[in-house]
Amino acid sequence: MSEERTKTTGAVTSSELLSVVAARELAGRRTVFAGIGLPTLAAELAHLTVAPEIEVVYESGVCGAHPSHLPETIADAVLITGAEAVLSMPALFGCVLQGGHIDVGFLGAAQIDRWGSLNTSVIGEWASPAVRLPGSGGAVEVMANAREVFVVMRRHTPRSFAGELDFCTTPGPDRALADGIRPFGAGVTRVITELGVLARDGVGDELRLVAVHPGVTVEQVRAATGWELKVADAVTTVEPPTDAELRLLRDDVDPHRVYLR
Amino acid sequence: MDRTAGKVMSMREAVAAFVHDGDTVSLEGFTHLIPTAAGHEIIRQGRRDLTVVRMTADIVVDQMLAAGCVTRLVSSFVGNSSAGSLGELRRRIEHADPEPLAFEEYSHYGMICRYLAGSQRLPFYPLRSYAGSDLPSVSPGIRKVASPYPAADGSTEQIYVVPPVNPDVTIIHAQRADRRGNTQIWGLTGIQAEAVYAAEKAVVVVEELVSDEVVRADPNRTLVPAHAVDAVVLCPRGAHPSFAQGYYDRDNAFYRAWSAISKDPVRLREWLAEWVYGTADHAEYVTRLGEEFWAGLAVGEALSEPVNYGRRL
Repeated sequence: MSEERTKTTGAVTSSELLSVVAARELAGRRTVFAGIGLPTLAAELAHLTVAPEIEVVYESGVCGAHPSHLPETIADAVLITGAEAVLSMPALFGCVLQGGHIDVGFLGAAQIDRWGSLNTSVIGEWASPAVRLPGSGGAVEVMANAREVFVVMRRHTPRSFAGELDFCTTPGPDRALADGIRPFGAGVTRVITELGVLARDGVGDELRLVAVHPGVTVEQVRAATGWELKVADAVTTVEPPTDAELRLLRDDVDPHRVYLR
Repeated sequence: MDRTAGKVMSMREAVAAFVHDGDTVSLEGFTHLIPTAAGHEIIRQGRRDLTVVRMTADIVVDQMLAAGCVTRLVSSFVGNSSAGSLGELRRRIEHADPEPLAFEEYSHYGMICRYLAGSQRLPFYPLRSYAGSDLPSVSPGIRKVASPYPAADGSTEQIYVVPPVNPDVTIIHAQRADRRGNTQIWGLTGIQAEAVYAAEKAVVVVEELVSDEVVRADPNRTLVPAHAVDAVVLCPRGAHPSFAQGYYDRDNAFYRAWSAISKDPVRLREWLAEWVYGTADHAEYVTRLGEEFWAGLAVGEALSEPVNYGRRL
């Protein structure tokens, strides 16, 4: 891919960068549980590049969607028309997700900690919060039941990469184990941010910096992280999005710029 | 006894008969078929002290909060879809403004399991969620028990459980029903059937009231049978701003607008005055939006192939 480096004519936006990096990480994965936004873009791009066999399962119950237009929500009518299956909530969450059929779940969060636990409930105290956030949705279930979880974080700051979560909505497997329950999956294995990529293998493993975007230093990422960040022995530089990837993303996946802004 | 007796009624009659002050009311529809018109009629009739149970508390819940109908909310997602915040809900929770809101926070599958337990008269329902979460500490209904059966390795397995939810009334919106209440839904079917069976009473609001023959030509499409339904209300476009698969599309512009409307409590109340208190019923709301508006949400045809149920020769 290196011979197709991006030309300066089309400056890469952060949405494009995050989508491309997330798509590459989906190589070889079969089933992805994704919400709308960047995960949808990543999954669609992966389908056109590194993971042609990938199947996206939406939180609304749609499997094998073939949308005529890029969906604006997880329940967009265009996801249903022409889909391979539409499941009820008990079937989707009970059989598909808890039944262990999801390889990768995509999640976002207001805060993440070093073990990959997530806060999407509140900033501040739960009972009288400074900011009330939407809450779990299906995130608790995705974390507990997917084989691994990718997290996309637009902001990489000491507040969002927190030494201590204000509230743990969605626990990673280490917290589950401490609560006396054996986790099914590895929890968060990739965190993709504007500064780089963090990785983690499974129970007992902390997130560590494995790659930085061009022009970003390891020190910058350390300073933007709210705990003493572990760093891989050999930190690589993320290959910038190629012309081919950007063309697919801009012309085929999101031509009307629903998410790419 | 005539099973159809008195089931078809107006929204005004259905809310007057089945929603009372202090009730626990479930409004379900997972982004699709949200019973907005029913929520608006609850506001018009000035119900108070309701406990609202809804997986994805969104615009209609924010409106009911602003109208002062709700003192307790049970939910797994409190946001304006992917379009932003719910202004009134945030004021109630963050500042107790204008009054506090009791909130029971679950995850989606936790809510689903509460409906499953409620619909099946079970004391609890187990799920592989919540291990290590802070949610059990703030929503004490979420508890951990020991499995009575040994795990494969002989150890005792711990598992979280959630309690049943049994609403006084569940209200759902659907594409169509017959006069007895046999309710047909296609597209996203969410948790509607379980929410109906979990409740003491159920009101089904439909886009179309169809003949018995239409329903009986495709019985697999009936998600909720007549025996579970107490009232059938004909209310076309009653799910706006959400959508009804095959009838009208989602009003994404309104979802985006709601974040700004609800951010300002004065503007929110002006909106309620104009569109809820200022309309006699949903038909007037629909008319006021205008045909040009509705043309913008129109959908084309994508028919399924008929299936052959067979007929004994």
